[in-house]
Amino acid sequence: MIPNLLEPAGWLPLFFLVAMGIAMVAYVVLDGYDLGVGILLNQATDEEKDIMISSIGPFWDANETWLVLGVGVLLIAFPMAHGIILTELYLPVGIMLAGLILRGVSFDFRAKAHLSQKAVWNFLFFFGSFLAAASQGVMVGREVIGFDSGGLGWLFAFIVALCLPAGYALLGAGWLIMKTSGELQRKAVAWARKCLWLTALGVGIISIATPFFSAEIAAKWFTFPNIFYLLPFPVLSLACFVLIDLYLVKMQRDKPAPVWLPFALSVTIFVLAFLGIAYSMFPYIVVGKMTIWEAASATDSLWMIFWGAIVVLPTIIGYTIYSYKIFWGKTEPLSYY
Amino acid sequence: MLDALILSRIQFAANITFHILFPTISIALAWALLYFKIKFNKTGHSEWSEAYQFWVKIFALTFALGVVSGITMSFQFGTNWPGYMQTVGNIAGPLLGYEVLSAFFLEATFLGIMLFGAKRVSQRAHTVATFLVAFGTSLSAFWIIVLDSWMQTPQGFEMINGQAHATNWLEIVFNPSMPYRLFHMMTASFLTVTFLIAGISAYRYLRGINLAGSRALIKLSMTVAVVLAPLQIVLGDMHGLNTLEYQPAKVAAMEGIWQTTRGADAVLFAVPDEASKANKYEVAVPKLASLYLTHSWDGEVQGLDAFPDKHPPVKPVFFAFRIMVGIGMLMLLTAFVGFYLVRKKQELPRWLLKTLSAMSFSGWVGVVAGWYVTEVGRQPFLVTGVLKTADAVTKLPTNMILGTLVMYLTLYLGLILSYIWVVFYLARQTSPVKAADDARPNLVNRPIGA
Repeated sequence: MIPNLLEPAGWLPLFFLVAMGIAMVAYVVLDGYDLGVGILLNQATDEEKDIMISSIGPFWDANETWLVLGVGVLLIAFPMAHGIILTELYLPVGIMLAGLILRGVSFDFRAKAHLSQKAVWNFLFFFGSFLAAASQGVMVGREVIGFDSGGLGWLFAFIVALCLPAGYALLGAGWLIMKTSGELQRKAVAWARKCLWLTALGVGIISIATPFFSAEIAAKWFTFPNIFYLLPFPVLSLACFVLIDLYLVKMQRDKPAPVWLPFALSVTIFVLAFLGIAYSMFPYIVVGKMTIWEAASATDSLWMIFWGAIVVLPTIIGYTIYSYKIFWGKTEPLSYY
Repeated sequence: MLDALILSRIQFAANITFHILFPTISIALAWALLYFKIKFNKTGHSEWSEAYQFWVKIFALTFALGVVSGITMSFQFGTNWPGYMQTVGNIAGPLLGYEVLSAFFLEATFLGIMLFGAKRVSQRAHTVATFLVAFGTSLSAFWIIVLDSWMQTPQGFEMINGQAHATNWLEIVFNPSMPYRLFHMMTASFLTVTFLIAGISAYRYLRGINLAGSRALIKLSMTVAVVLAPLQIVLGDMHGLNTLEYQPAKVAAMEGIWQTTRGADAVLFAVPDEASKANKYEVAVPKLASLYLTHSWDGEVQGLDAFPDKHPPVKPVFFAFRIMVGIGMLMLLTAFVGFYLVRKKQELPRWLLKTLSAMSFSGWVGVVAGWYVTEVGRQPFLVTGVLKTADAVTKLPTNMILGTLVMYLTLYLGLILSYIWVVFYLARQTSPVKAADDARPNLVNRPIGA
């Protein structure tokens, strides 16, 4: 099943799988926090809404670009799988796009339209964010279990669809704890605690349910000695959940705690969950149907984009860090120019 | 018959029509902003920072709409046209990949700094950020046009087991129609923005908002338009001759020529009829088409009969072509008249200002019509001679496609109306320098920077 990895036809698809993985993790974490801020928007006062949106203003555009890169790599490196996956996910993709369109434009319209319409655009920003997050949940749920079309498969997808927005809201709340102060920060701490346990529920359900749908995945996790090597995954995740809660309680009691910790630990949870899913699926790109090598583009085409990727990706990461450095610190009201 | 093919085509057409509106503006507007910024850096005149601050808002709005509709496009390939990537993915993939890698991140990241970072970085860094956004936006257009041109005039590949494999990337990138399509599109973008700036500035001038700045922008736009409008007609003609060489069926449909003839007529107006393979209500100039297509009164022009079953639907191509040319001529006329009046008259006539504001979005009509000519004109192929549109379409149930189509159309209609409304709403906002303007009416006609 795994070809000679010393040959380009063997390692190039692997390289692009890793690149796609990096793009997807970057997307989930980066757009995750700004979608999360959108999901939480409805809980805030009008004044707080402005601050919340200011906190993501300089970043959301670039954050969303990671999604384009992730889908782009799927399209470029694994064209055979691209068609199958996106046909299977037709409806959730459509709904996600509608959600992303709504929130993307609301972000701009709310600041420019007449005051009387601001509430409508605020609501659309919340609604679009939730729609995008929930439909991404459906997609993850469908993809992980190889598009199982039974009733249980769909139930699973819908549970993930509710938990992913909670996870994003956790990231969003963590982001707000770092970027804001005062009453809004206190609110964010409370939001984070609520979302934390919903997220834990989601991670738990995915971890328990996935092996049920695939004997192969079950074998990968629950055989000796794999189970021994893999133990750090659930243990670390659980530790993160507990630690976040401890810090949040500490913050609620106004005791000093580093404001970046809940966010950093939430990111760790997402990365661990992603690695777990990636390990379960590998080497499949469509679970049970198509491996990454079966789906890969011609080796010549992969070479063509490989050189671009190894030069440009570090550059992108570089200027992304530069941009975060510029807007470091507590959020200030946004003004153009 | 609403089958998956026709629904997917309507959906794709709707998406691409909606999408192209915004890059068309953002490509050239980004360079206009850079120009305003550099002018301000050099002269320190507030008009230029005013212009930057006003137009950067419209740029941000336009860019946001372009990004979200562009993401839709990247998914559509897979959702509605799985056969496309499966057949030509080896070529389309890397081209799209280079667009995302080299351009998309660049523009999206530096946009944040350009919009919100002016107080956090040096003036110089802010100017550089503005430049990088403009550069990224144009680079993005370059890659997309390379891909589209390759689909029109493919070369540099071989087919192995029904899949295209690249043999020469230079030939793929520099395919025969690419330079013409690129320059035609870039000029279209600059013309669109020129008329948008002129139109909105005229609208502001009519309302007495920032008179000096508005007038200066009208003058600047007309000066640019008077160069670009004729240039675009020349570029369009060169593009047409290139199309005649590589895609003669498209030209036959554009011109409404059914039979191959020597000394073909130039059809000014007609209603092409596919059933009888002839034009109704034709108004034509004898032999003129042969002259401008072959540069000889008696040159032979291939008609649609030379491409049985392999020519595009005639009506949409024929009419879209006439709309594009019509808008081009209107722009040419307006540019010359406007340029003359702005230079000669102290007081701009109201009819000119009203015409200009009515033409604010005229570029959109020309661009969309132009893309219909070129994209519908490629039918029945998705990739000329390689892949038919019908062979690439999804096999999804029609009501699923119909559902998303209705969703997209509703969304797009609402958003286009909101966009235009907000642009004019922003234009009605009085800028901070209004008070200063009112206090020195004698400076109204002062050219910018003077």
